[in-house]
Amino acid sequence: MARPDLSPPRAGVGSGRAARPAPAGLATLAPGRVRIVKALVWVLALLPFLRLLALGFAGEFGANPLEFVTRSTGTWTLVMLCATLAVTPLRRLTGWHWLARLRRMLGLFAFFYALQHFLLWLAVDRGFDVAYMVKDIAKRPFITVGFAAFALMVPLAATSTSAMVRRLGGRRWQWLHRAIYAIAVLGILHYWWHKAGKHDFGTVSAYAAVVFVLLAARAWWWWRKPAPQAARR
Amino acid sequence: MLIPSPKWLRGGDIAASEITPRSVFESRRRLMALAAAGAAGSTLAPWFARSALAQAPRGRKLAAAPNNAYVVPEKRTPYEDVTTYNNFYEFGTDKSDPAHNAGTLRTRPWQVAVEGLVKKPRVYDIDELLRLMPLEERVYRMRCVEGWSMVIPWSGYSLAELIRRVEPQSGAKYVEFVTLADKKQMPGLGSRVLDWPYTEGLRMDEAMHPLTLLAFGLYGEVLPNQNGAPVRVVVPWKYGFKSAKSIVRIRFVDQQPSTSWNLAAAQEYGFYSNVNPDVDHPRWSQATERRIGEDKSGGGFSALFAPKRKTLPFNGYAPQVASLYQGMDLRKFF
Repeated sequence: MARPDLSPPRAGVGSGRAARPAPAGLATLAPGRVRIVKALVWVLALLPFLRLLALGFAGEFGANPLEFVTRSTGTWTLVMLCATLAVTPLRRLTGWHWLARLRRMLGLFAFFYALQHFLLWLAVDRGFDVAYMVKDIAKRPFITVGFAAFALMVPLAATSTSAMVRRLGGRRWQWLHRAIYAIAVLGILHYWWHKAGKHDFGTVSAYAAVVFVLLAARAWWWWRKPAPQAARR
Repeated sequence: MLIPSPKWLRGGDIAASEITPRSVFESRRRLMALAAAGAAGSTLAPWFARSALAQAPRGRKLAAAPNNAYVVPEKRTPYEDVTTYNNFYEFGTDKSDPAHNAGTLRTRPWQVAVEGLVKKPRVYDIDELLRLMPLEERVYRMRCVEGWSMVIPWSGYSLAELIRRVEPQSGAKYVEFVTLADKKQMPGLGSRVLDWPYTEGLRMDEAMHPLTLLAFGLYGEVLPNQNGAPVRVVVPWKYGFKSAKSIVRIRFVDQQPSTSWNLAAAQEYGFYSNVNPDVDHPRWSQATERRIGEDKSGGGFSALFAPKRKTLPFNGYAPQVASLYQGMDLRKFF
Protein backbone atom coordinates (compact mmCIF):
# COMPACT_ATOMS: atom_id res chain seq x y z
CA MET A 1 0.00 0.00 0.00
CA ALA A 2 2.96 2.30 0.49
CA ARG A 3 6.41 2.52 -0.94
CA PRO A 4 8.35 -0.70 -1.08
CA ASP A 5 11.38 -1.15 1.02
CA LEU A 6 14.14 1.02 -0.47
CA SER A 7 16.74 0.93 2.23
CA PRO A 8 19.08 -0.64 2.91
CA PRO A 9 19.65 -0.46 -0.83
CA ARG A 10 21.14 -3.94 -1.04
CA ALA A 11 17.73 -5.48 -0.41
CA GLY A 12 16.08 -6.31 -3.70
CA VAL A 13 13.07 -4.13 -4.28
CA GLY A 14 11.48 -6.77 -6.44
CA SER A 15 11.49 -9.35 -3.69
CA GLY A 16 9.55 -7.94 -0.80
CA ARG A 17 10.44 -10.75 1.58
CA ALA A 18 14.12 -11.03 0.66
CA ALA A 19 16.29 -11.88 3.64
CA ARG A 20 18.74 -9.15 4.43
CA PRO A 21 21.71 -9.07 6.73
CA ALA A 22 20.58 -7.96 10.13
CA PRO A 23 21.76 -4.42 10.86
CA ALA A 24 23.50 -3.80 14.13
CA GLY A 25 22.15 -2.12 17.29
CA LEU A 26 18.57 -1.11 18.10
CA ALA A 27 17.45 -1.73 14.56
CA THR A 28 17.94 -5.44 15.05
CA LEU A 29 14.95 -7.67 15.54
CA ALA A 30 15.17 -11.39 14.99
CA PRO A 31 12.72 -12.76 12.42
CA GLY A 32 10.84 -14.58 15.17
CA ARG A 33 10.43 -11.34 17.09
CA VAL A 34 9.19 -9.58 13.98
CA ARG A 35 6.58 -12.27 13.59
CA ILE A 36 5.44 -11.72 17.16
CA VAL A 37 5.24 -7.96 16.63
CA LYS A 38 3.30 -8.55 13.42
CA ALA A 39 0.85 -10.83 15.20
CA LEU A 40 0.37 -8.26 17.96
CA VAL A 41 -0.23 -5.45 15.50
CA TRP A 42 -2.61 -7.70 13.57
CA VAL A 43 -4.69 -8.32 16.68
CA LEU A 44 -4.62 -4.63 17.63
CA ALA A 45 -5.69 -3.59 14.15
CA LEU A 46 -8.53 -6.10 14.22
CA LEU A 47 -9.84 -4.93 17.61
CA PRO A 48 -12.05 -2.14 16.19
CA PHE A 49 -13.73 -4.74 13.99
CA LEU A 50 -14.17 -7.20 16.87
CA ARG A 51 -15.59 -4.39 18.93
CA LEU A 52 -18.20 -3.66 16.27
CA LEU A 53 -19.16 -7.34 16.17
CA ALA A 54 -19.46 -7.45 19.97
CA LEU A 55 -21.53 -4.26 20.07
CA GLY A 56 -23.71 -5.57 17.27
CA PHE A 57 -24.46 -8.86 18.99
CA ALA A 58 -25.08 -7.04 22.26
CA GLY A 59 -27.50 -4.64 20.53
CA GLU A 60 -25.37 -1.69 21.50
CA PHE A 61 -24.95 0.19 18.26
CA GLY A 62 -26.96 2.98 19.87
CA ALA A 63 -29.81 5.05 18.52
CA ASN A 64 -28.48 5.33 14.98
CA PRO A 65 -26.59 2.11 14.16
CA LEU A 66 -25.77 2.98 10.56
CA GLU A 67 -24.32 6.33 11.52
CA PHE A 68 -22.33 4.80 14.36
CA VAL A 69 -20.85 1.93 12.35
CA THR A 70 -20.21 4.07 9.28
CA ARG A 71 -18.37 6.66 11.34
CA SER A 72 -16.46 4.05 13.29
CA THR A 73 -15.20 2.31 10.15
CA GLY A 74 -14.37 5.68 8.61
CA THR A 75 -12.36 6.67 11.64
CA TRP A 76 -10.43 3.41 11.65
CA THR A 77 -9.70 3.70 7.95
CA LEU A 78 -8.07 7.02 8.67
CA VAL A 79 -6.18 5.67 11.68
CA MET A 80 -4.82 2.76 9.63
CA LEU A 81 -3.88 5.13 6.79
CA CYS A 82 -1.96 7.29 9.24
CA ALA A 83 -0.27 4.21 10.73
CA THR A 84 0.70 3.04 7.25
CA LEU A 85 2.08 6.46 6.36
CA ALA A 86 3.95 6.63 9.66
CA VAL A 87 6.04 3.54 8.92
CA THR A 88 8.58 5.16 6.62
CA PRO A 89 9.23 8.31 8.68
CA LEU A 90 9.42 6.27 11.88
CA ARG A 91 11.81 3.83 10.30
CA ARG A 92 13.94 6.65 9.04
CA LEU A 93 14.03 8.36 12.43
CA THR A 94 14.65 5.24 14.50
CA GLY A 95 16.58 3.07 12.08
CA TRP A 96 14.19 0.20 12.93
CA HIS A 97 13.98 -1.20 9.44
CA TRP A 98 11.77 -4.10 10.50
CA LEU A 99 8.94 -1.57 10.79
CA ALA A 100 8.63 -1.84 7.02
CA ARG A 101 7.45 -5.41 7.50
CA LEU A 102 4.26 -4.03 9.13
CA ARG A 103 3.39 -1.66 6.34
CA ARG A 104 1.57 -3.98 3.97
CA MET A 105 -0.57 -5.31 6.80
CA LEU A 106 -1.46 -1.82 8.02
CA GLY A 107 -2.29 -0.73 4.49
CA LEU A 108 -4.53 -3.75 4.01
CA PHE A 109 -6.27 -3.01 7.29
CA ALA A 110 -6.91 0.53 6.04
CA PHE A 111 -8.54 -1.05 3.00
CA PHE A 112 -10.44 -3.53 5.18
CA TYR A 113 -12.09 -0.71 7.14
CA ALA A 114 -12.57 1.43 4.03
CA LEU A 115 -14.34 -1.48 2.34
CA GLN A 116 -16.78 -1.79 5.25
CA HIS A 117 -17.29 1.97 5.24
CA PHE A 118 -17.99 1.92 1.48
CA LEU A 119 -20.22 -1.16 1.56
CA LEU A 120 -22.34 0.28 4.36
CA TRP A 121 -22.93 3.36 2.28
CA LEU A 122 -23.60 1.40 -0.91
CA ALA A 123 -25.71 -1.41 0.54
CA VAL A 124 -27.49 0.13 3.49
CA ASP A 125 -27.51 3.85 2.94
CA ARG A 126 -28.04 3.71 -0.85
CA GLY A 127 -29.79 0.30 -0.82
CA PHE A 128 -27.66 -0.95 -3.78
CA ASP A 129 -29.35 1.67 -5.95
CA VAL A 130 -26.52 2.33 -8.39
CA ALA A 131 -28.25 5.26 -10.10
CA TYR A 132 -28.79 6.86 -6.71
CA MET A 133 -25.18 6.14 -5.84
CA VAL A 134 -23.85 7.72 -9.05
CA LYS A 135 -26.03 10.76 -8.46
CA ASP A 136 -24.67 11.02 -4.95
CA ILE A 137 -21.07 10.82 -6.18
CA ALA A 138 -21.67 13.44 -8.86
CA LYS A 139 -23.62 15.84 -6.70
CA ARG A 140 -21.95 15.82 -3.33
CA PRO A 141 -18.28 16.79 -3.17
CA PHE A 142 -17.70 15.02 0.12
CA ILE A 143 -19.02 11.78 -1.37
CA THR A 144 -17.04 12.40 -4.56
CA VAL A 145 -13.72 12.65 -2.75
CA GLY A 146 -14.56 9.80 -0.41
CA PHE A 147 -15.42 7.56 -3.32
CA ALA A 148 -12.27 8.64 -5.19
CA ALA A 149 -10.15 7.76 -2.16
CA PHE A 150 -11.76 4.34 -1.93
CA ALA A 151 -11.46 3.72 -5.68
CA LEU A 152 -7.75 4.53 -5.46
CA MET A 153 -7.30 2.05 -2.63
CA VAL A 154 -8.63 -0.85 -4.70
CA PRO A 155 -5.63 -1.20 -7.06
CA LEU A 156 -3.23 -0.80 -4.15
CA ALA A 157 -4.90 -3.60 -2.22
CA ALA A 158 -5.00 -5.73 -5.37
CA THR A 159 -1.28 -5.26 -5.98
CA SER A 160 -0.25 -5.77 -2.38
CA THR A 161 1.06 -9.31 -2.80
CA SER A 162 4.74 -10.03 -3.31
CA ALA A 163 3.86 -11.70 -6.59
CA MET A 164 2.26 -8.49 -7.82
CA VAL A 165 5.29 -6.47 -6.72
CA ARG A 166 7.45 -8.78 -8.84
CA ARG A 167 5.07 -8.73 -11.77
CA LEU A 168 4.81 -4.93 -11.86
CA GLY A 169 8.47 -4.35 -11.14
CA GLY A 170 9.59 -2.32 -8.17
CA ARG A 171 9.70 1.03 -9.88
CA ARG A 172 6.18 0.82 -11.34
CA TRP A 173 4.82 -0.73 -8.16
CA GLN A 174 6.32 2.08 -6.14
CA TRP A 175 4.93 4.69 -8.51
CA LEU A 176 1.47 3.16 -8.21
CA HIS A 177 1.61 2.92 -4.44
CA ARG A 178 2.45 6.57 -4.07
CA ALA A 179 -1.31 6.92 -4.59
CA ILE A 180 -1.56 6.50 -0.82
CA TYR A 181 -0.54 10.16 -0.50
CA ALA A 182 -3.55 11.17 -2.60
CA ILE A 183 -5.76 8.71 -0.72
CA ALA A 184 -4.81 10.24 2.62
CA VAL A 185 -5.42 13.79 1.39
CA LEU A 186 -8.76 12.83 -0.18
CA GLY A 187 -9.73 11.00 2.99
CA ILE A 188 -9.04 14.08 5.08
CA LEU A 189 -10.99 16.24 2.62
CA HIS A 190 -13.91 13.79 2.78
CA TYR A 191 -13.98 14.01 6.56
CA TRP A 192 -13.43 17.78 6.51
CA TRP A 193 -16.34 18.47 4.17
CA HIS A 194 -18.49 16.06 6.10
CA LYS A 195 -17.93 18.18 9.19
CA ALA A 196 -18.09 21.53 7.37
CA GLY A 197 -21.83 22.01 7.76
CA LYS A 198 -21.53 22.01 11.51
CA HIS A 199 -18.24 23.96 11.59
CA ASP A 200 -17.06 21.13 13.76
CA PHE A 201 -13.41 20.71 12.80
CA GLY A 202 -11.95 19.58 16.12
CA THR A 203 -11.33 15.90 15.40
CA VAL A 204 -10.71 16.21 11.70
CA SER A 205 -8.08 18.89 12.33
CA ALA A 206 -6.12 16.44 14.45
CA TYR A 207 -6.11 13.86 11.67
CA ALA A 208 -5.27 16.54 9.11
CA ALA A 209 -2.30 17.62 11.23
CA VAL A 210 -1.02 14.04 11.48
CA VAL A 211 -1.34 13.47 7.73
CA PHE A 212 0.28 16.83 7.07
CA VAL A 213 3.29 16.01 9.24
CA LEU A 214 3.66 12.56 7.69
CA LEU A 215 3.55 13.94 4.15
CA ALA A 216 5.63 17.03 4.96
CA ALA A 217 8.37 14.80 6.38
CA ARG A 218 8.57 13.04 3.03
CA ALA A 219 8.57 16.30 1.11
CA TRP A 220 11.35 17.60 3.35
CA TRP A 221 13.53 14.53 2.92
CA TRP A 222 12.87 14.45 -0.79
CA TRP A 223 13.84 18.09 -1.10
CA ARG A 224 16.98 17.68 1.04
CA LYS A 225 18.18 14.55 -0.69
CA PRO A 226 16.29 13.70 -3.87
CA ALA A 227 15.87 9.92 -3.64
CA PRO A 228 19.53 8.85 -3.77
CA GLN A 229 18.96 5.11 -3.68
CA ALA A 230 16.26 5.11 -6.29
CA ALA A 231 18.33 7.32 -8.60
CA ARG A 232 21.33 5.05 -8.36
CA ARG A 233 19.45 1.96 -9.34
CA MET B 1 -21.31 -22.06 19.30
CA LEU B 2 -24.73 -20.55 18.84
CA ILE B 3 -24.42 -17.01 17.69
CA PRO B 4 -27.63 -14.96 17.88
CA SER B 5 -28.09 -13.78 14.35
CA PRO B 6 -30.06 -10.87 12.91
CA LYS B 7 -33.55 -11.56 11.63
CA TRP B 8 -32.60 -11.45 7.97
CA LEU B 9 -30.12 -14.27 8.50
CA ARG B 10 -32.49 -16.49 10.43
CA GLY B 11 -34.39 -19.27 8.71
CA GLY B 12 -38.16 -19.19 8.72
CA ASP B 13 -38.68 -22.81 9.73
CA ILE B 14 -37.09 -23.07 13.13
CA ALA B 15 -38.85 -25.30 15.63
CA ALA B 16 -39.99 -23.54 18.77
CA SER B 17 -37.79 -25.85 20.83
CA GLU B 18 -34.77 -24.66 18.88
CA ILE B 19 -35.32 -21.06 19.76
CA THR B 20 -33.06 -19.86 22.52
CA PRO B 21 -35.11 -18.45 25.41
CA ARG B 22 -34.82 -14.70 25.54
CA SER B 23 -33.25 -14.63 28.99
CA VAL B 24 -30.54 -17.09 27.94
CA PHE B 25 -30.04 -15.17 24.74
CA GLU B 26 -29.70 -11.92 26.66
CA SER B 27 -27.30 -13.34 29.23
CA ARG B 28 -25.29 -14.98 26.47
CA ARG B 29 -25.02 -11.65 24.72
CA ARG B 30 -23.82 -10.07 27.91
CA LEU B 31 -21.36 -12.92 28.39
CA MET B 32 -20.01 -12.42 24.90
CA ALA B 33 -19.59 -8.72 25.46
CA LEU B 34 -17.94 -9.44 28.78
CA ALA B 35 -15.64 -12.06 27.29
CA ALA B 36 -14.58 -9.69 24.56
CA ALA B 37 -14.03 -6.92 27.06
CA GLY B 38 -12.16 -9.20 29.42
CA ALA B 39 -9.85 -10.41 26.70
CA ALA B 40 -9.03 -6.90 25.69
CA GLY B 41 -8.38 -5.75 29.21
CA SER B 42 -10.55 -3.80 31.57
CA THR B 43 -9.50 -0.45 30.14
CA LEU B 44 -11.26 -1.37 26.92
CA ALA B 45 -14.51 -2.37 28.62
CA PRO B 46 -16.34 0.94 28.19
CA TRP B 47 -15.33 0.92 24.54
CA PHE B 48 -17.01 -2.46 24.14
CA ALA B 49 -20.21 -1.59 26.02
CA ARG B 50 -21.57 1.80 25.13
CA SER B 51 -25.04 1.83 26.64
CA ALA B 52 -23.84 1.58 30.23
CA LEU B 53 -22.91 5.23 29.87
CA ALA B 54 -26.38 6.19 28.76
CA GLN B 55 -28.40 5.27 31.82
CA ALA B 56 -29.81 8.36 33.47
CA PRO B 57 -32.38 8.84 36.21
CA ARG B 58 -35.88 9.41 34.88
CA GLY B 59 -37.56 12.75 35.37
CA ARG B 60 -40.51 13.70 37.57
CA LYS B 61 -43.98 12.84 36.32
CA LEU B 62 -45.86 15.55 34.52
CA ALA B 63 -49.58 15.05 34.18
CA ALA B 64 -50.87 15.54 30.66
CA ALA B 65 -54.11 14.34 29.06
CA PRO B 66 -53.67 12.63 25.70
CA ASN B 67 -55.05 14.63 22.80
CA ASN B 68 -55.94 12.02 20.21
CA ALA B 69 -56.32 14.61 17.48
CA TYR B 70 -52.55 14.94 17.54
CA VAL B 71 -51.33 11.38 17.83
CA VAL B 72 -49.26 9.87 15.04
CA PRO B 73 -50.23 6.18 14.78
CA GLU B 74 -46.62 5.00 14.62
CA LYS B 75 -44.32 3.16 16.98
CA ARG B 76 -42.90 5.54 19.54
CA THR B 77 -39.14 5.91 19.64
CA PRO B 78 -37.80 4.32 22.85
CA TYR B 79 -37.26 6.76 25.70
CA GLU B 80 -33.61 5.79 25.87
CA ASP B 81 -33.00 6.84 22.27
CA VAL B 82 -35.03 10.04 22.59
CA THR B 83 -32.96 11.09 25.58
CA THR B 84 -29.46 9.95 24.56
CA TYR B 85 -29.33 10.87 20.87
CA ASN B 86 -29.61 14.64 20.79
CA ASN B 87 -28.41 17.67 18.94
CA PHE B 88 -28.02 20.37 21.57
CA TYR B 89 -24.73 22.04 20.77
CA GLU B 90 -24.71 24.09 23.95
CA PHE B 91 -23.69 20.80 25.56
CA GLY B 92 -21.38 19.51 22.83
CA THR B 93 -21.60 18.57 19.18
CA ASP B 94 -21.62 14.80 19.58
CA LYS B 95 -25.05 13.17 19.78
CA SER B 96 -24.22 11.64 23.14
CA ASP B 97 -22.79 14.87 24.60
CA PRO B 98 -26.06 16.48 25.73
CA ALA B 99 -27.06 13.41 27.76
CA HIS B 100 -23.62 13.43 29.41
CA ASN B 101 -23.22 17.17 29.91
CA ALA B 102 -26.65 18.70 30.38
CA GLY B 103 -26.75 17.81 34.07
CA THR B 104 -25.25 21.22 34.77
CA LEU B 105 -28.31 23.02 33.42
CA ARG B 106 -30.39 24.60 36.20
CA THR B 107 -34.05 24.72 35.23
CA ARG B 108 -35.25 26.46 38.42
CA PRO B 109 -35.48 29.35 38.83
CA TRP B 110 -36.24 30.03 35.18
CA GLN B 111 -37.91 32.93 33.47
CA VAL B 112 -39.15 33.42 29.96
CA ALA B 113 -39.38 36.99 28.71
CA VAL B 114 -42.19 37.45 26.22
CA GLU B 115 -41.57 40.81 24.62
CA GLY B 116 -41.34 42.92 21.48
CA LEU B 117 -44.34 43.99 19.45
CA VAL B 118 -46.99 42.88 21.92
CA LYS B 119 -49.51 44.82 23.95
CA LYS B 120 -48.82 42.87 27.14
CA PRO B 121 -45.14 42.05 27.36
CA ARG B 122 -44.35 39.92 30.38
CA VAL B 123 -41.68 37.91 32.08
CA TYR B 124 -43.17 34.55 32.94
CA ASP B 125 -41.86 32.35 35.67
CA ILE B 126 -41.54 28.82 34.35
CA ASP B 127 -44.06 27.41 36.82
CA GLU B 128 -46.53 30.09 35.89
CA LEU B 129 -46.06 29.23 32.22
CA LEU B 130 -46.50 25.57 33.05
CA ARG B 131 -49.88 26.28 34.66
CA LEU B 132 -51.11 28.67 32.00
CA MET B 133 -53.06 25.89 30.28
CA PRO B 134 -53.78 22.24 31.03
CA LEU B 135 -51.04 20.13 29.48
CA GLU B 136 -51.91 17.69 26.74
CA GLU B 137 -49.91 14.82 25.36
CA ARG B 138 -49.30 14.79 21.62
CA VAL B 139 -47.33 12.25 19.66
CA TYR B 140 -45.39 13.94 16.87
CA ARG B 141 -42.93 12.83 14.25
CA MET B 142 -39.61 14.58 14.59
CA ARG B 143 -37.48 14.77 11.46
CA CYS B 144 -33.88 15.94 11.83
CA VAL B 145 -32.26 17.73 8.91
CA GLU B 146 -29.50 15.11 9.16
CA GLY B 147 -31.80 12.41 7.80
CA TRP B 148 -33.11 10.61 10.87
CA SER B 149 -36.44 10.74 12.60
CA MET B 150 -38.21 9.84 15.81
CA VAL B 151 -41.77 9.62 17.11
CA ILE B 152 -42.05 11.41 20.44
CA PRO B 153 -44.89 11.90 22.94
CA TRP B 154 -44.60 15.52 24.06
CA SER B 155 -46.47 17.26 26.87
CA GLY B 156 -47.44 20.87 26.42
CA TYR B 157 -49.99 23.16 24.86
CA SER B 158 -50.29 25.13 21.66
CA LEU B 159 -47.92 28.09 21.56
CA ALA B 160 -50.92 30.06 20.23
CA GLU B 161 -52.39 30.02 23.74
CA LEU B 162 -49.45 31.99 25.08
CA ILE B 163 -49.34 34.28 22.06
CA ARG B 164 -53.00 35.21 22.45
CA ARG B 165 -52.42 36.17 26.06
CA VAL B 166 -49.71 38.72 25.25
CA GLU B 167 -51.77 40.23 22.40
CA PRO B 168 -49.40 40.80 19.49
CA GLN B 169 -49.54 44.19 17.79
CA SER B 170 -50.52 44.34 14.14
CA GLY B 171 -46.89 44.97 13.21
CA ALA B 172 -45.73 41.64 14.66
CA LYS B 173 -44.92 39.43 11.67
CA TYR B 174 -42.43 36.99 13.14
CA VAL B 175 -41.59 35.36 16.45
CA GLU B 176 -38.02 34.91 17.59
CA PHE B 177 -37.00 32.28 20.14
CA VAL B 178 -33.81 32.66 22.13
CA THR B 179 -32.14 29.79 23.97
CA LEU B 180 -30.24 30.28 27.21
CA ALA B 181 -26.52 30.96 26.70
CA ASP B 182 -24.70 30.58 30.01
CA LYS B 183 -21.11 29.39 29.90
CA LYS B 184 -21.29 28.21 33.49
CA GLN B 185 -24.11 25.81 32.71
CA MET B 186 -23.38 24.99 29.09
CA PRO B 187 -19.90 23.63 28.35
CA GLY B 188 -20.53 23.65 24.60
CA LEU B 189 -20.59 27.44 24.46
CA GLY B 190 -16.80 27.40 24.47
CA SER B 191 -16.88 26.14 20.89
CA ARG B 192 -17.46 28.50 18.01
CA VAL B 193 -19.66 26.10 16.08
CA LEU B 194 -22.54 28.58 16.21
CA ASP B 195 -23.02 32.16 17.28
CA TRP B 196 -24.58 32.03 20.72
CA PRO B 197 -27.20 32.44 21.91
CA TYR B 198 -29.06 30.01 19.69
CA THR B 199 -31.91 31.82 18.01
CA GLU B 200 -34.73 30.47 15.92
CA GLY B 201 -37.80 31.99 14.41
CA LEU B 202 -41.20 31.38 12.91
CA ARG B 203 -43.57 33.40 10.82
CA MET B 204 -46.54 34.60 12.86
CA ASP B 205 -48.99 32.21 11.18
CA GLU B 206 -46.61 29.31 11.77
CA ALA B 207 -46.24 30.23 15.43
CA MET B 208 -50.03 30.52 15.78
CA HIS B 209 -50.69 27.18 14.09
CA PRO B 210 -52.31 24.75 16.54
CA LEU B 211 -49.64 22.12 15.76
CA THR B 212 -46.89 24.36 17.11
CA LEU B 213 -46.39 23.15 20.64
CA LEU B 214 -44.90 24.79 23.70
CA ALA B 215 -43.53 21.67 25.36
CA PHE B 216 -42.57 21.03 28.96
CA GLY B 217 -42.32 17.26 29.00
CA LEU B 218 -41.94 14.02 27.08
CA TYR B 219 -43.11 10.51 27.82
CA GLY B 220 -45.27 11.89 30.62
CA GLU B 221 -42.27 13.29 32.46
CA VAL B 222 -40.59 16.65 32.86
CA LEU B 223 -38.32 17.35 29.88
CA PRO B 224 -34.85 15.93 30.44
CA ASN B 225 -32.28 18.74 30.27
CA GLN B 226 -30.78 17.35 27.07
CA ASN B 227 -34.16 17.60 25.36
CA GLY B 228 -34.51 21.31 26.01
CA ALA B 229 -35.70 21.70 29.59
CA PRO B 230 -37.55 23.41 31.03
CA VAL B 231 -39.45 24.71 28.02
CA ARG B 232 -39.06 24.42 24.26
CA VAL B 233 -41.10 24.65 21.12
CA VAL B 234 -41.90 21.72 18.86
CA VAL B 235 -42.72 22.48 15.23
CA PRO B 236 -43.31 19.03 13.79
CA TRP B 237 -43.47 19.87 10.07
CA LYS B 238 -40.04 21.54 10.12
CA TYR B 239 -36.58 20.08 10.58
CA GLY B 240 -35.77 19.57 14.22
CA PHE B 241 -33.36 22.48 14.58
CA LYS B 242 -36.28 24.90 14.10
CA SER B 243 -37.67 23.76 17.45
CA ALA B 244 -35.70 25.91 19.89
CA LYS B 245 -34.82 24.40 23.25
CA SER B 246 -34.40 25.83 26.76
CA ILE B 247 -36.07 29.09 25.79
CA VAL B 248 -35.46 32.27 27.78
CA ARG B 249 -36.94 34.84 25.41
CA ILE B 250 -39.81 34.95 22.94
CA ARG B 251 -39.74 38.16 20.95
CA PHE B 252 -42.30 39.46 18.48
CA VAL B 253 -40.74 41.37 15.58
CA ASP B 254 -41.65 42.91 12.24
CA GLN B 255 -38.66 41.56 10.28
CA GLN B 256 -37.67 37.98 9.59
CA PRO B 257 -35.29 37.22 12.46
CA SER B 258 -31.84 35.86 11.75
CA THR B 259 -31.55 32.26 12.87
CA SER B 260 -28.46 30.44 14.09
CA TRP B 261 -28.12 27.73 11.45
CA ASN B 262 -28.97 30.12 8.67
CA LEU B 263 -26.20 32.43 9.87
CA ALA B 264 -23.78 29.51 10.06
CA ALA B 265 -24.52 28.10 6.59
CA ALA B 266 -27.15 30.03 4.64
CA GLN B 267 -26.96 27.79 1.58
CA GLU B 268 -27.66 24.72 3.70
CA TYR B 269 -30.28 25.87 6.20
CA GLY B 270 -33.04 28.20 5.15
CA PHE B 271 -35.34 30.19 7.39
CA TYR B 272 -38.34 28.00 6.60
CA SER B 273 -36.68 24.57 6.71
CA ASN B 274 -39.94 22.75 6.14
CA VAL B 275 -39.41 19.02 5.82
CA ASN B 276 -39.32 18.47 2.07
CA PRO B 277 -38.21 15.24 0.36
CA ASP B 278 -37.84 17.11 -2.95
CA VAL B 279 -35.35 19.71 -1.77
CA ASP B 280 -32.03 18.10 -0.95
CA HIS B 281 -29.56 19.37 1.54
CA PRO B 282 -26.44 20.36 -0.44
CA ARG B 283 -24.57 17.45 1.08
CA TRP B 284 -27.22 14.75 1.26
CA SER B 285 -30.61 13.74 0.01
CA GLN B 286 -33.73 14.47 2.05
CA ALA B 287 -35.85 11.93 0.17
CA THR B 288 -35.53 9.25 2.84
CA GLU B 289 -34.93 9.03 6.54
CA ARG B 290 -33.80 6.55 9.13
CA ARG B 291 -36.29 5.98 11.90
CA ILE B 292 -34.41 5.75 15.17
CA GLY B 293 -35.00 2.72 17.38
CA GLU B 294 -37.58 1.20 15.06
CA ASP B 295 -36.20 -2.32 14.92
CA LYS B 296 -34.30 -3.69 17.87
CA SER B 297 -35.46 -7.26 17.46
CA GLY B 298 -32.20 -8.85 16.36
CA GLY B 299 -29.55 -7.09 18.36
CA GLY B 300 -27.74 -4.24 16.66
CA PHE B 301 -27.57 -5.80 13.21
CA SER B 302 -31.23 -5.74 12.22
CA ALA B 303 -31.34 -2.04 13.07
CA LEU B 304 -28.09 -1.51 11.18
CA PHE B 305 -29.50 -3.07 8.02
CA ALA B 306 -33.05 -1.73 8.41
CA PRO B 307 -34.27 -0.01 5.26
CA LYS B 308 -34.91 3.72 5.33
CA ARG B 309 -38.38 5.10 5.04
CA LYS B 310 -39.59 7.75 2.62
CA THR B 311 -39.70 11.26 3.96
CA LEU B 312 -43.12 12.86 3.68
CA PRO B 313 -43.75 16.45 2.56
CA PHE B 314 -44.07 18.63 5.66
CA ASN B 315 -43.15 15.51 7.62
CA GLY B 316 -46.62 14.08 7.00
CA TYR B 317 -48.39 17.24 8.23
CA ALA B 318 -49.14 18.58 4.74
CA PRO B 319 -52.97 18.43 5.20
CA GLN B 320 -52.66 20.75 8.18
CA VAL B 321 -49.91 23.13 7.08
CA ALA B 322 -49.39 23.09 3.30
CA SER B 323 -51.88 25.92 2.91
CA LEU B 324 -49.55 28.22 4.88
CA TYR B 325 -47.14 28.15 1.95
CA GLN B 326 -49.56 28.44 -0.94
CA GLY B 327 -47.97 30.17 -3.91
CA MET B 328 -44.48 30.04 -2.40
CA ASP B 329 -41.61 28.47 -4.31
CA LEU B 330 -40.44 25.96 -1.70
CA ARG B 331 -37.15 25.44 -3.54
CA LYS B 332 -36.39 29.12 -3.11
CA PHE B 333 -37.80 29.39 0.39
CA PHE B 334 -36.26 26.16 1.67
